[in-house]
Amino acid sequence: MYRYDEHDTALVRERIEEFRDQVTRRMDGRLSEDEFKPLRLMNGVYLQLHAYMLRVAIPYGALRAEQMRTLAMIAREYDRGYGHFTTRQNIQYNWPALTDIPEILEKLADVEMHAIQTSGNCIRNVTADPFAGAAADEIEDSRPWAEIIRQWSTFHPEFTFLPRKFKIAVNGAGEDRAAIRFHDIGLQIVENDDGQRGFEVWVGGGQGRTPRIARKISDFIEPQDLLSYLTAILRIYNQHGRRDNLYKARIKILVDSLGIDAFREEVEEEWSFIREGELKLPETEIARIRAFFTSPLTADPTPLPQTGPAAFRSWLDTNRRAHQTPGLSSVVISLKPVGGTPGDATADQMDIIADLTERYGFDEVRVTPEQNLVLPHVRNEDLFAVWDVLKDHELATANAGLATDIVACPGLDYCNLANARSIPIAQAISETVQAAGLAETAGDVTIKISGCINACGHHHIANIGVLGVDKRGEEFYQITLGGAMGMDAAVGEIVGKGLAGDDVPGAIARILQHFQTLRQDGEAFIDTLRRVGSDAFKEAIYAELAA
Amino acid sequence: MKAITANRLTDGRVIYRTSQGHWSTHLAEAARFELEEAQTVLALAEGEFGVAVGPYLIDLDEEGPAGQKWRRETIRLAGPTTGTTHTLGLAGEAR
Repeated sequence: MYRYDEHDTALVRERIEEFRDQVTRRMDGRLSEDEFKPLRLMNGVYLQLHAYMLRVAIPYGALRAEQMRTLAMIAREYDRGYGHFTTRQNIQYNWPALTDIPEILEKLADVEMHAIQTSGNCIRNVTADPFAGAAADEIEDSRPWAEIIRQWSTFHPEFTFLPRKFKIAVNGAGEDRAAIRFHDIGLQIVENDDGQRGFEVWVGGGQGRTPRIARKISDFIEPQDLLSYLTAILRIYNQHGRRDNLYKARIKILVDSLGIDAFREEVEEEWSFIREGELKLPETEIARIRAFFTSPLTADPTPLPQTGPAAFRSWLDTNRRAHQTPGLSSVVISLKPVGGTPGDATADQMDIIADLTERYGFDEVRVTPEQNLVLPHVRNEDLFAVWDVLKDHELATANAGLATDIVACPGLDYCNLANARSIPIAQAISETVQAAGLAETAGDVTIKISGCINACGHHHIANIGVLGVDKRGEEFYQITLGGAMGMDAAVGEIVGKGLAGDDVPGAIARILQHFQTLRQDGEAFIDTLRRVGSDAFKEAIYAELAA
Repeated sequence: MKAITANRLTDGRVIYRTSQGHWSTHLAEAARFELEEAQTVLALAEGEFGVAVGPYLIDLDEEGPAGQKWRRETIRLAGPTTGTTHTLGLAGEAR
């Protein structure tokens, strides 16, 4: 993994001292809330319903054991004993005191972490495939490129006050696990006919109130040109993006209004001025960053375990992923116990995971956009030992990718923007689906819940999405069907009128039951849905309600 | 009836304006106003520096938060409804 150099260390330490002074001035009245708010947001500090919320950056979701231990310590000593892993591969603390935050940031800096650019109209934390450097279907490790982008975008003076926030994702595998088509810029590592690696570039994707699938702006950008090309895109956006209307300020709206061809023309023209300049990445620099991201090898590859308790076998079936190196596997640590809060981990659980990371995981653990964790590199002979520890700490739920592996935003239980609760709905759905035995029988399906149209729960890209809305003080939930985040990206469509919260778990269960009557030859849910159409599910959702 | 709520500057906790012009974490200690008086006191609170961030009016009835925002304000008052062991009970600690 990447290690800070003296520049990184200095930048982070200087920012902490700056923020400490800002907090002091806020406390003694030299700064008003209006003056302080943009400053705290630049350091990941929000004011939510009950307390301040601190969002800590986890670049491309990758953590070392000591970093996970520090996250646990912060949860224990400065918060209420838990943290919430997010869809953008970060962690949020829901209860820190503002006066403690400079000290928390110091603890984070001790292990090369920070909360910079986790809010505000800047380039946010770069996300990537959580299985990067491990996945069997990988073309190239996306982590070095995410790190290069992180370094380029951190405190970038030209892009600190963009029209709106800006999110970049990098995927280096055959399957898109970074949702690149739903980011402001999505980068897909590809290989051209000459065997040369480069980037397919997608632009203008996003969710929120105006969901858009990104449009392809370039088939192939050579690696050394990546930063100049990104700069050209950002410059066109910075120049033409709408600053007069918050709801039309994202790059997706600019791409809509100009059209992708005109937008591309503008980018290419800008790029022509800067392509051969100082942003050209030297091979030596690419090699230097790549050297931080090695993947382990095993001298004596061991096959997968063929025996063990049924629960272990089941966990292997659902939570293990193929690794590119013989003798290794990746495993998903589910943060979705049935009835639990999606993405939450207690301080004790984080410590346990840190121990496993150190002992069995080659000192690397990842956060996924599905709000789970991944040990990317585990020797096959250690899989049972890992599971054995996880199961004793409610971390071995065998449900990765199944109907109880639900993504949910914090919703109205925490969030100042939310209209409706998400977490209790997720809890009730997972309990209902599990009790009906549907999690195992329905197979792979994504269920995601957002408590408002900002879509932090990614409901738009769920096979089954749930969107909370407020109707004159009452919570209602719209069901969407057909969303997908990968190479077959799609935005889910609302299937009918909203449901009361109590009716949602039953409706989801009926969708999954009906799917099994329509399914052919072991189809996944999304494939059946695409074959029969969403109307085929309407009756299942609403008939029982009408009765 | 109206009350005035805000978040506490130091830690963001939910607070209510009392009849003595202080702030309390207990809704039971909140001053209750008719609209016109509430608006006057709110304007005063907005101009003060110190304890409160972002004061605003909420509707109350005899049982607690009322009106279209009753659920949001009930959650602010009582804490998350998520019911897991690490939030249940703890959420109400400050109140």
